[in-house]
Amino acid sequence: MQRIGVFVCHCGTNIAATVDVKKVVEMTAKEPGVVHAEDYQYMCSEAGQAKIINAIHEKNLTGIVVCSCSPRMHEATFRKAAQKAGLNPYMVEIANIREHCSWIHKDMEEATLKAVILARAAIAKVNLDAPLQPGESLVTKRALVIGGGIAGIQSALDIAEAGYEVDIVEKLPSIGGRMSQLDKTFPTLDCSACILTPKMVEAAAHEKINIYTYSEVEKVSGFVGDFTVDIRKKARSVDMSKCTGCGVCSEKCPSKKNPNEFNRGLNNRSAIYIPFAQAIPNVPVIDREHCTKFKTGKCGVCSKVCAAGAIDYEQKDEIITQKYGAIVVATGFDVIPLDKYDEYAYSQSKDVITSLELERIMNAAGPTKGHLERLSDGKAPKNIVFVQCVGSRCSDERGKSYCSKICCMYTAKHAMLIRDKYPDTNVTVFYIDVRTPGKNFDEFYRRAVEDYGVNYVKGQVGKVIPQPDGTLMVQASDLLENKQILMEADMVVLAAAIEPNKDVRKIATMLTASIDTNNFLTEAHAKLRPVESPTAGIFLSGVCQGPKDIPETVAQAGAAAVKAIGLLAKDKLTTNPCTAHSDELLCNGCSQCANVCPYGAISYEEKQVNDHGIRETRRIAVVNNALCQGCGACTVTCPSGAMDLQGFSNRQILAEVDAICR
Amino acid sequence: MAYTYGNTQNAAERIKEISGVNPLKCMKCGKCSATCPAFNEMDIKPHQFVTYVQNGDIEALAQSKSLWKCLSCFACVERCPRDVKPGKLIDAARQLVVRERGQNYLTADEIPELLDEETPQQLLVSAFRRYRR
Repeated sequence: MQRIGVFVCHCGTNIAATVDVKKVVEMTAKEPGVVHAEDYQYMCSEAGQAKIINAIHEKNLTGIVVCSCSPRMHEATFRKAAQKAGLNPYMVEIANIREHCSWIHKDMEEATLKAVILARAAIAKVNLDAPLQPGESLVTKRALVIGGGIAGIQSALDIAEAGYEVDIVEKLPSIGGRMSQLDKTFPTLDCSACILTPKMVEAAAHEKINIYTYSEVEKVSGFVGDFTVDIRKKARSVDMSKCTGCGVCSEKCPSKKNPNEFNRGLNNRSAIYIPFAQAIPNVPVIDREHCTKFKTGKCGVCSKVCAAGAIDYEQKDEIITQKYGAIVVATGFDVIPLDKYDEYAYSQSKDVITSLELERIMNAAGPTKGHLERLSDGKAPKNIVFVQCVGSRCSDERGKSYCSKICCMYTAKHAMLIRDKYPDTNVTVFYIDVRTPGKNFDEFYRRAVEDYGVNYVKGQVGKVIPQPDGTLMVQASDLLENKQILMEADMVVLAAAIEPNKDVRKIATMLTASIDTNNFLTEAHAKLRPVESPTAGIFLSGVCQGPKDIPETVAQAGAAAVKAIGLLAKDKLTTNPCTAHSDELLCNGCSQCANVCPYGAISYEEKQVNDHGIRETRRIAVVNNALCQGCGACTVTCPSGAMDLQGFSNRQILAEVDAICR
Repeated sequence: MAYTYGNTQNAAERIKEISGVNPLKCMKCGKCSATCPAFNEMDIKPHQFVTYVQNGDIEALAQSKSLWKCLSCFACVERCPRDVKPGKLIDAARQLVVRERGQNYLTADEIPELLDEETPQQLLVSAFRRYRR
């Protein structure tokens, strides 16, 4: 029989205002095995922990139940306290009477009863607890960064600077990401490429950084400190070691009518191409879908003109398998498709564009060489209308529920730059709210209004109607004047909502990292662990975690790197002893547990067993404790009840249920 | 029993119930008024309708010209980003008024006499659909 101590925390008034803690003490003291029960205002404080330690010594306690907040908050605290007093830390159970009880109930009598029941369940579990010993696992001192935008580059640089090897995997032919497509950056208006390319060059030149472009993560197995990752290096059709980046192949390529992704499809590129001038690596790739040689077998012009002999039509995808201790996800974002917003005529008129398309138009390397012109007729627009919140802050199925955060600022930037460069152009911005929290952000927006004469109108645009003469009629609200406005525009720019990169769902599944309903990766704690995934060893960098601008992205990338470095700096990790094991007398070798195991921790052995005197060889499930994460999927799947989880055994869980139902 | 529109929270609740709309979801973007073809004819504009229901000022809505100027084109219903759909609120307010006259139900015989130039036909169709006995 255990000798159990129950410690009930008031948590100030967080618990005590709704739960009668004295009553919980009184009721739990009568439970089987309980030899000590007390309450205290803050159990997690030094004094509270001292009470637990003293009681363990004085009453020879063998098990502890702390009725307090969620075990996610203070389980580790109380386990350490118990360990200090010489008790095995796995003999401590938490009854969550705050998040699961006091915070969600109003009626004191009912809440108190529930707290007693939760405590009773925990006591029933401690009665069946056994001391557990954690194991150790080794840490591979190498990090993987998925995504080569500013977030991935910054994380990689920071990890590499700390002395660890880093691999960046980038899906596209060059690193640089979304930031490489931007013209100027707010609120200082410095050129995006001018501040990004030095970072790209630094990453490429860093002896600790290895960049896989045109590559994708294909498979991830293992666990924190010891991930094994398969990377598919897609066939570039160009030998990177021979290519000099002279660009003759792209010039001579006869297949030139392929949408240029880097310019958002606003102009065309050849089938063999380097995405942009500052690309890293400066090595072209053959787009096999559009290449005449791959489509018809006839052509081969690039191969003939390549002086270095770098073109290789036979190149195959290559799988690289590598081990990593930590993984940083930096998969970034895209703008939402606007095909459901017919009222804005995006698909009807070439002169209705997204803000990202405007970035390319304003950029010297863009489809119009940086001249602001209408894509329909090449004329300079005299009246430009900006529409904010297109698909952001929507509760319908067309848009996103969240604020995309960056649009107010980049719209102010665009408006200001246009008024600066083309002062005879009228710029009107329709807004719902102007949101500019950030250092020098509101000042920036006010400059657009006060110094550059941008016309801000509070009210949304209802529709954009293309006119026969090629202009656009914009119908909008002016809510402050309580008027409906009809105005002519030559160009309409839509601040489309941003959303996580489409691939993030696939990557999150491979990493067993959780994502929310908007496909943003979830943090381990919204406030206190914002750059870590709940899955150990996975860190979050950039917009894959939530909308953010460049300075925030860089800050988060650094934070994610620090967390990864903290992990890589350890030689060994303590493993969770709450792992599964199978009872060889009950296991019938059906393989169901291996099928559901997300960590590949279960294998089978032909094993000699002695079943009540009968010796025979049976096929039996064996759990690799280093791989098992203790999720329990196998235990609920096992039809014969052979699988069990240490620290959460079937017996213990049923005892808890019994205690609750008693 | 007849409604007093002045007894307002009750009438506002009825409008919410008939329309199935939660006016608190409105973020006051004004897209409804921006998209409304009858905007200039209305004394209470579509986006203001939401606030009137929020404030329980139903008497003013019942007296409003807008009830009979709304074309029931449902452009605002289609385009509202917040699922508030002012067109449905206007529709509900109209029905409240019609119901008051017709004692909560509508028979096919009554329709011809309701037909006039002012009343949108869609109102009669939807009223008949809901209130025939």
